[in-house]
Amino acid sequence: MPRSVKKGPYVSENLVLKIEALNRSKKKMVIKTWARRSTITPDFVGHTFAVHNGNKFIPVFISENMVGHKLGEFSPTRIFRGHPERKKGA
Amino acid sequence: MARIAGVDLPRNKSAEYALPYIYGIGITQSRKILSAAKVPPETPVTKLTEQQVVAIRNIIADEFKVEGELRTDIKLNIKRLMDIGSYRGLRHRRGLPVRGQRTHTNARTRKGRKRSPGGRKT
Repeated sequence: MPRSVKKGPYVSENLVLKIEALNRSKKKMVIKTWARRSTITPDFVGHTFAVHNGNKFIPVFISENMVGHKLGEFSPTRIFRGHPERKKGA
Repeated sequence: MARIAGVDLPRNKSAEYALPYIYGIGITQSRKILSAAKVPPETPVTKLTEQQVVAIRNIIADEFKVEGELRTDIKLNIKRLMDIGSYRGLRHRRGLPVRGQRTHTNARTRKGRKRSPGGRKT
């Protein structure tokens, strides 16, 4: 079930502040963040976030199509390297 | 006889149950269309008058996205997810369930028929 419209999208306040500062000073900078649950707003477009996946920070460049998704969707938390080989014999 | 939205012409059914043969129209939409077109839902397809068919066709053309257009739309939505590199897009690429279902067992609809790992023992 989606979030109530009344509340509006959840956007981490820290990110909002940082993005506003960057937009005002017209600078680009990678923003390191753990706020995977934060929604991507139109202001974020064109910036790069380093989104934590529990281990590393994955760089995510925000394009227009990504608006409305959450940051965490672009930073996979699991790596699947195939199933283990079955041992011969037995 | 009745040709609506491309090549769909289901016969020998009542109008209500014939319209869902069009991709993008289910029983609910079918009933809505028929009441908007003032056609009794029980009328057999063969007994639809030309005006009734036209009325139905116009409603579908104006208010609904059906068949090819709908299919392209859905494909584009999925393509968007894949292009932006989101988790859902990754799942689509790998042909695994997208909405967090378990894959330890089941998930056969997405994964297709069972493949036994590394040949069978005798």
